Amino acid sequence: MGRVLLVGRLAARDVRRRPAQAVLLLLAIAAATTTLTLGLALHGVTSHPYEQTRAATHGPDVVAQLSSASVRHSPGQQNPGPQILAQVNALVHASGVTAHSGPYLLAGAVVRAPGVTAGVEVEGRSPAPAALDQPEVTAGRWVSGGGVVLERTFAEALGVGVGDRITLNGRPFRVAGIAVTAAVPPYPNLCYSVGGGCSAPFPDTSSSTNAHLGTGALGLAWATQPDARVLASSDAGPPAYVLNLKLSDPARAQAFVSAYYRAHPAHGGSFLNSWTGIQAADGLLVQDEQQVLSPGAWLACLLAVASVAVLAGGRMAERTRIVGLLKAVGGTPGLVAAVLLAENLALALAAALAGLAAGWLAAPLITSPGAGLVGTPGAPSLTLPTAGLVVAAALVVALAATLVPALRAARTSTVTALASSARPPRRRAALIAVSARLPVPLLLGLRMVARRPRRALLGAASIAVTSTGIVAVLAFHATAGLRRFGGASGLSNPVLTRDEQMLQVLTVVLIALAVLNVIFTAWATVLDAERASALERALGATPGQVSAGLAAAQLLPALPGAILGIPLGIGLFAAANGAGIVTIPALSWLIAAVLGTLLAVAGLTTVPALIGTRRPAAEILQSEAG
Amino acid sequence: MNEPGSTAMVQARGLRKEYGKAAGLVRAVDGVDLDVAPGETLAVMGPSGCGKSTLLHLLGGLDRPSAGELHLAGQRIDQMSERGLARLRREAIGFVFQAFHLMDELTAVENVELPALLAGRSPRVARRRATGLLERVGLADRAKFLPSALSGGQRQRVAIARALTNDPLVVLADEPTGNLDSEATLDVLRLFDSLHTAGQTLVIVTHDSRIAATADRLISMRDGAFIDETRLTGGSTGHLGALAGLEG
Repeated sequence: MGRVLLVGRLAARDVRRRPAQAVLLLLAIAAATTTLTLGLALHGVTSHPYEQTRAATHGPDVVAQLSSASVRHSPGQQNPGPQILAQVNALVHASGVTAHSGPYLLAGAVVRAPGVTAGVEVEGRSPAPAALDQPEVTAGRWVSGGGVVLERTFAEALGVGVGDRITLNGRPFRVAGIAVTAAVPPYPNLCYSVGGGCSAPFPDTSSSTNAHLGTGALGLAWATQPDARVLASSDAGPPAYVLNLKLSDPARAQAFVSAYYRAHPAHGGSFLNSWTGIQAADGLLVQDEQQVLSPGAWLACLLAVASVAVLAGGRMAERTRIVGLLKAVGGTPGLVAAVLLAENLALALAAALAGLAAGWLAAPLITSPGAGLVGTPGAPSLTLPTAGLVVAAALVVALAATLVPALRAARTSTVTALASSARPPRRRAALIAVSARLPVPLLLGLRMVARRPRRALLGAASIAVTSTGIVAVLAFHATAGLRRFGGASGLSNPVLTRDEQMLQVLTVVLIALAVLNVIFTAWATVLDAERASALERALGATPGQVSAGLAAAQLLPALPGAILGIPLGIGLFAAANGAGIVTIPALSWLIAAVLGTLLAVAGLTTVPALIGTRRPAAEILQSEAG
Repeated sequence: MNEPGSTAMVQARGLRKEYGKAAGLVRAVDGVDLDVAPGETLAVMGPSGCGKSTLLHLLGGLDRPSAGELHLAGQRIDQMSERGLARLRREAIGFVFQAFHLMDELTAVENVELPALLAGRSPRVARRRATGLLERVGLADRAKFLPSALSGGQRQRVAIARALTNDPLVVLADEPTGNLDSEATLDVLRLFDSLHTAGQTLVIVTHDSRIAATADRLISMRDGAFIDETRLTGGSTGHLGALAGLEG
């Protein structure tokens, strides 16, 4: 008990002696744990709103999209053809089906709003409400002749509201209402349903102006059945229908779909989606955010390790004498290591709790289910395993950065620890020889790097991680430029917009951590090289040369770090993007990223370097002599 | 005393260095007038805290005076910019410190060549000069040794070699034997004697009466001011030099 008290007392006293360092360390780990908490809290966040939407719209358990190989829909045709009717018959009489709605005609159309052109599937519906899958109108009214209802996310992307005028396949329509549905995933994931996709044929997709509309993201609209039939008459292919099914056991919806496919191996042009599949496609909106946040959180953790390592390393050097004193009064190496570790582990624990709280509070800001669903996500899922993982990550960060110097300090002999105040510098003969051929600032900088190669390596790693994040963001933007469905027609993509917002947050976190790291490293270098710098000034180096040397000591490892970040960043984006297309950013972007990083490092190093050369050389050398 | 514009290598008039304010004001150097002729060896003695080291730092441009004028080789230096003072230290002044102040990670020869590299000499020229100086101080065989592998006396000889690297007008030595045993002290004394013989201007701050005895002139200091000045006519080759064991 006495030992625990001693360890706690020494740790608390050290924190009180250097509160600024403790706060910075806390901030570095808390930033990483907040990002990690956000990434973990997004898991399953759309489930609750989807269930609310499903209840509000009497959502179906299975949605079947049916198409036949027959010829195109004729303007006067009132009912589905025999092939469609046979599929409908098979489905509505299948075991477990208790109710159905439809089949509703599905027409592919080109929608034009002011400044925007996009592809849309138009579902022909009765003005009377349906018992199964009746979209919830959130603004305006339900369909009427000449009046269409737009799915809410799609309407937002088009930038239109109730009362606005649009054209469908060149015919004028009025936006009668805005609605949400649980029967299909909202724009831009309409075609991402498990086991199915968009089946409505498009007019003129072979033409150069409309070629991108049939393959990219589609929107959903509802119109009256006569209007839908008119639109379908200009379709390029056979007609498509949608049929909604209610099952006696909704939990067996996916099993129903599988059983239907097994029983009808030649199911023609029909695709069945279970409500669970639609729910999963709804989650794509947030899934992309997770794909951004998760690797970002681990990058932030790596940067936090670098921050803690530099800070802890510097503090270990200061605490060598305490190690000697502890050993002199009978402290075992284990006790010494515990004293040295306790402070950082306690700070890491506090940072983990702060990160959990900040992540939990910030999660609602990024876990909006999107306009495609009604309801709210509720509190983020901060489970015990999530909290455990965040706390473990924070402790691992602190341990990874502190354990080795703590054990090394614990093994130091008592006499050495009591006598020495600073670690002896390392000698790298090759670097010293090379530096003699360089201009004075580079000579001084390279020799500082040679004195503390591990710190330089840490600096390079830190810049590499930051550069990795920046290049991954650039790769995202380069790839997003190609993915921006209908970008040429002015249509926004809510998934990309949210991804961009996430990336901006993440970039700010990574850059903030990198800034802390550069300042920590520069300051540690300034303190460590104080005597050497004073001596160099006494021997004739100007303060400018010494400051430039200190900046060079940061820039020399930063350069390879920044360059290494290029392949790592592209690799990280490729890994996060899964099987998706990866576009390598333009060379000019990459060069700008590297130069920008180096300029930032130089700028951030200048202040500590200038402060470091302000103290008179005579004073430093005099105190060293004493 | 010489007047400004005279032939003095170092000349100070009313030199003052103050620290603190009001009741806490400390005059480390209090209105010192000083002339050091070219080739002269001047010793400054006095108790600890009397301002000897501060005076040396002022003379070497490592610190700025609070008042007074300071000239080196006829050039006024007390109002020079930091950059100008750095150039002055590089080209005209050599420092020898009590604590040696060698770079721990550099070998003896690398330490000696450092001022030449800072002055922009080519690595080859700097190395040749450093090697020659190490021979001169009797450490040619220790050129590749790190300071940690050298004795105290050897380290100070390396530091003296470093001070001579750029052929300074004046060498300023602050307690150069303060950390040395008797034998090492004698080595350093012999080295200073050879410098004196070669016409090097030397200002040595010391507690050690033996090293003071090798000087041409001895100034005693107390509370920041000169209280006594003695011209040692024998110098290092005369009677006092003999007492110090230089003829032995």
